[in-house]
Amino acid sequence: MAAQPILEVRGLFKYFAVARGVWEMLTHRQPRYVRAVDGVSFAVKRGEILALVGESGSGKTTVGMNVLGLQHPTRGHVLFDGCDVSEWAQGHGPSVEADCSGLRDMNRRRRVMELRRRAQMVFQDPYESLNPRQTVFDIVAEPLEIHRLTRSRGEKRERAKVALETCGLTPAEHFWGRFPAELSGGQRQRVVVAGALVLEPDLLVADEPVSMLDVSIRAEILNLLHALRRERGITILYTTHDLATAGFFTDRMAVMYLGRIVELGPTAQVLSEPCHPYTRALISVVPVPNPRRRHRRTILQGEIPNPIDVPPGCRFHPRCPDAVAACREIDPELRQIGPGRRVACIRA
Amino acid sequence: MTVLDVRDLSVDYLTDEGNALHAVESVNLRVEQGRSLGLVGESGCGKTTVMMALLRLLPQEGRIVSGQVLFDGQDLLSLSESGMRDIRWRQISMVFQGAMNALNPVRTVESRIVEALLVHGSTPLRSAARRRAGELLHLVGIPPERGQQYPHQYSGGMRQRAVIAMALACSPRILIADEPTTALDVMIQAQILELLEELQRELDLALILVTHDLGMVAEVCDEVLVMYGGMVAEYAGTDEVFNDPRHPYTQRLLEAFPDVEEPGSALASIPGAPPRLDDLPPGCRFEPRCQCEWREAICAEKVPPLVEITPGHRIACHWAWRSV
Repeated sequence: MAAQPILEVRGLFKYFAVARGVWEMLTHRQPRYVRAVDGVSFAVKRGEILALVGESGSGKTTVGMNVLGLQHPTRGHVLFDGCDVSEWAQGHGPSVEADCSGLRDMNRRRRVMELRRRAQMVFQDPYESLNPRQTVFDIVAEPLEIHRLTRSRGEKRERAKVALETCGLTPAEHFWGRFPAELSGGQRQRVVVAGALVLEPDLLVADEPVSMLDVSIRAEILNLLHALRRERGITILYTTHDLATAGFFTDRMAVMYLGRIVELGPTAQVLSEPCHPYTRALISVVPVPNPRRRHRRTILQGEIPNPIDVPPGCRFHPRCPDAVAACREIDPELRQIGPGRRVACIRA
Repeated sequence: MTVLDVRDLSVDYLTDEGNALHAVESVNLRVEQGRSLGLVGESGCGKTTVMMALLRLLPQEGRIVSGQVLFDGQDLLSLSESGMRDIRWRQISMVFQGAMNALNPVRTVESRIVEALLVHGSTPLRSAARRRAGELLHLVGIPPERGQQYPHQYSGGMRQRAVIAMALACSPRILIADEPTTALDVMIQAQILELLEELQRELDLALILVTHDLGMVAEVCDEVLVMYGGMVAEYAGTDEVFNDPRHPYTQRLLEAFPDVEEPGSALASIPGAPPRLDDLPPGCRFEPRCQCEWREAICAEKVPPLVEITPGHRIACHWAWRSV
């Protein structure tokens, strides 16, 4: 089973209906949709770190939500270890594809619980994702109670201790009676990671885990995530808008624009030889910490268009510095251009 | 020409128990007309406090203990409150951290700028003020007709532009931007940075950029001041700070910053946390986290003075001379 990817997203679409006003209802106008994710496919191998990169509004967080079954796809499938997550979450029973690890026989609630245990999330802002009235121990041990994974209090303490210490909060006894307010930003984010880790998940979806932290602390958290992969083989889906942090520790990178992947490939290759004009622009605007290497930035004018009115043709063409006439008509497919590299641009 | 010269500025915060916390200690900085200074440091290092102190906008608990803030040779700290009001916005203007979220939601963007113009007396005429507001919006890249819209109709980047337009309303000579791009996307960040650079050139502004993002400073600033624990750690030209950093803190900070042009290179974090104000180390503020091979007993005992090791390159470290 080694070849089977732990996570496979196939043709994922997620549309949100826009609320209609009274007038629109009376005139029977077609409901309009925010096309947050508009046909995304990718696979993540066991133990791999994949970066989903894009600006706000590119749909990267929505992909993460669907991967965890927190939202149901409008169309398409998310296969976690071969089982369809979306169907688990909706309770339609296992999908046709499901043929793995005895999950098929479980009832729906058990399947959902099992998914929750094996796929965990690290949220962006450790100042808001921790309950201020819970101690560190309660935060880290609560998942164990919910999943009824420990028989005794001693065992619970032991597992919480291991999780905290793996995340660099040593000695755990020193921290677990404290409240989040007593911790620094970096320590809080470590608690968040420990809370996810205590269940020994296979997959971690980390949604901008360092964007709220100071530069000197970012490195700590990124090094921690990197170490988790090295030592425990945890697969990580890292969503971010910061190419520099993604470049530092991810294996592959998927660049998203307006609900689609526009470029996909090994991180080092994508960063050194970007093929899509959007990727090139994104790389050029990352501040370089060296005044001798100040260079021309390709600053795209305007902002990501509204995903309700997606431009026809290539969705990037209105902002693309290299667009030609054909770009207005042809919606480029994500096609293979080299081993493991795909790009959605007719000019690449 | 030096427009702003801050000398030995120290600020305390008084706690409820009556203790004084030393938030900023003997900070020196100078800004020249038409040049830019980057003020860098982690959260809580006192960079915003310095800016608030020089505008005399400290919260009630804040006390300026000592120092001078010379603007065109005049000490702002000895001015009357009304004299100070003439300086703020007209001479020194600030884009506050998170100001883009502080636009009045029930007023149009233009009317906010018009109000600033009228209150600060650039013009007594509403019609002239409205014309000027249109010019300002144009200057920061917002189509003037969108001035009639409300903040919620703006995107984050546009709100930040509107806030910058407001700060420029009275043609100040110094613009202070406190974390102007935090919470914005990379592409929008680049747009705002470019705007600040353009404005600085066109209006011959002195720009002070307060941020924790070293990359931004490297792109925009002429000089950099690195703060740690309320004190100046290193203060030099941008090229020296990034290519020849001498303070151990600056060196570690640079190692912790990822570089997109060198993917996969190791990132060294700085172990430990910045000192708490109620528990400042007696010696060098950075000593508890410092891993420099030169570290000795004196580091933990005495606060190192700021010394100039080469012209224009000042560092506060007991071993400042080691490699000169």
